[in-house]
Amino acid sequence: MSSSTAASSSPDLARDTSAELARYSRWALYAGLAVLLAAPFVGLYPVFMMTALCFAIFACAFNLLLGFTGLLSFGHAAYLGAAAYVTGWLVKQAHLPPELGVLAGTAVAGLCGLVIGLIAIRRQGIYFAMVTLAMAQMIYFVFLQAPFTGGEDGLQGVPRGKLFGLLPLEDDRVLYYVVLAVFVAVFLFVIRIVHSPYGQVLKAIRENEPRAISLGYDVDRYKLLAFVLSTTLAGLAGSLKTVVVGFATLSDAHWSLSGEVVLMTLLGGMGTFAGPVIGAFTIIGLQNFLADRVGSWINVIIGAIFVVCVVAFRRGFVGELRAWQQRRRGR
Amino acid sequence: MEIFGIPIQAFLGQLLLGLVNGSFYAMLSLGLAVIFGLLGIVNFAHGALYMIGAYVAWIGLEKFGINYWASLLVAPLVVGAIGVVIERTLLKQLYKVDPIYGLLLTFGLALIAEGVFRDQFGVSGQSYSVPEALSGATNLGFMVLPNYRAWVVFASIVVCLGTWFLIERTRLGAYLRAGTENPALVQAFGVNVPVMVMLTYGAGAGLAALAGVLAAPVIQITPLMGSNLIIVVFAVVVIGGMGSILGSILTGLALGLVEGLTKVFYPEASSIVVFVIMAIVLMIRPAGLFGKEK
Repeated sequence: MSSSTAASSSPDLARDTSAELARYSRWALYAGLAVLLAAPFVGLYPVFMMTALCFAIFACAFNLLLGFTGLLSFGHAAYLGAAAYVTGWLVKQAHLPPELGVLAGTAVAGLCGLVIGLIAIRRQGIYFAMVTLAMAQMIYFVFLQAPFTGGEDGLQGVPRGKLFGLLPLEDDRVLYYVVLAVFVAVFLFVIRIVHSPYGQVLKAIRENEPRAISLGYDVDRYKLLAFVLSTTLAGLAGSLKTVVVGFATLSDAHWSLSGEVVLMTLLGGMGTFAGPVIGAFTIIGLQNFLADRVGSWINVIIGAIFVVCVVAFRRGFVGELRAWQQRRRGR
Repeated sequence: MEIFGIPIQAFLGQLLLGLVNGSFYAMLSLGLAVIFGLLGIVNFAHGALYMIGAYVAWIGLEKFGINYWASLLVAPLVVGAIGVVIERTLLKQLYKVDPIYGLLLTFGLALIAEGVFRDQFGVSGQSYSVPEALSGATNLGFMVLPNYRAWVVFASIVVCLGTWFLIERTRLGAYLRAGTENPALVQAFGVNVPVMVMLTYGAGAGLAALAGVLAAPVIQITPLMGSNLIIVVFAVVVIGGMGSILGSILTGLALGLVEGLTKVFYPEASSIVVFVIMAIVLMIRPAGLFGKEK
């Protein structure tokens, strides 16, 4: 290693740097996983940790679309909310076991994603964001008026039940490890997708859509599949969240949540794997910590973080860290 | 007298209400389109600026005794000045990056504005009384026309057409349109483009505030009134396409009418009808009714 830094031809250096970066990030991931595994034993409030993990899944799903495909959906809360309501209703009113409730909620979110995706991919760029926002608002109004959602009160008192009729989810620790397992699976799934040939095409679309078209890729189909994947995973997050907290309300489908997931991804670092997770924990932690202390100023603070991120911190935590390491190595 | 089993008075009343809403859609989507044309930014804060306009009028009346007519001038100036400051300090830094960042930044600004007004005034609505000269109603024989609502429709159509004239028929408007096409070239001809951009954003903000003042007597003034409206206006903009000024005015008014009609015949769907129309238009004509196909 010392020889390559001394008489560095630049490709060597690049390989060296990226190998080292990969090593760092692998250790960081192991450390993060260790913290998450140990969390219930070191006094972290389990419901908070589970909620944060659900939003981490949500942000990872969103990042698949924004970070790796370059599509800004401004209505992702709708899918989370749809799944939350469907799961809540099935488990509470139809007395389905939680695993089937979660499965059905996730599927409904994917279906909504398919329908709305078909409409939204007809416009590019900033219009895509406006269309997804408008369609999400439509779903929100449907939930506001539909008889099964409980209107302004939402669906309250959804029981956790037993997973596969065996594992008692009433126990916070059991549920925590179930949620953690799902989160790890989603995290690995997103990495797998991005590194697959399909993920490479998505990146190509993000970087230069006309070129991807001229290379013969049916861009719309790739984008639609990415949209459906992302909304399905967002639905999974919503379903799990209902099981964890035991209720589904209108705020699950509100546009402000759609904005928050953008912020989580942006703050952590869009287009990075760990970024959305860090962003989700930061925002959820901040909201939890500040909720009793600042009242309605929480929105002002979230808005201010948004402004600062966009103006001065567009790479996010992970992106900035990576850039800093590359600068240091490059010297 | 009845139309489709509905008393004509109620029918026309809803239509007028729809037209009033349509006037606000038209004014807001016009401002959005002008800002987007020159700055390439979708201004999420437009709803918040509209809300601030209404609050400026309300605070002016309650605290300083500024009457409605003066507010029509004061609120756009105050909010326009806020817009100029926002453009100079924040938006200016985003012209070189992807347009989605402009949307995100203005979204953050909207959250800030909403939070501050919520903290100051709470979530319950404030009401603003109709100015005396416009209170009451005129009996037209077939319906009773509330004077203020008629004024809102009239005033906003005048403002919209005035804006259209300014942009399409004057020298200043020609600079503006040229700046939309090719800012570097316009700059080379000696037009101070950065100042023009700044004033455009200020004017767009002022237009939103003016809509807010006009709206103040017919709605409850709440901190959230802007965001709820702006999402519908986004749909209006997608339906109309941002290409044409007259197009966005017409689309705004027409969608307000459609919404009013839906309230008469199928009230449950009135809050989603605009979005449904947007979905249909996107399937048939993705560039919007008046948009140019690429």
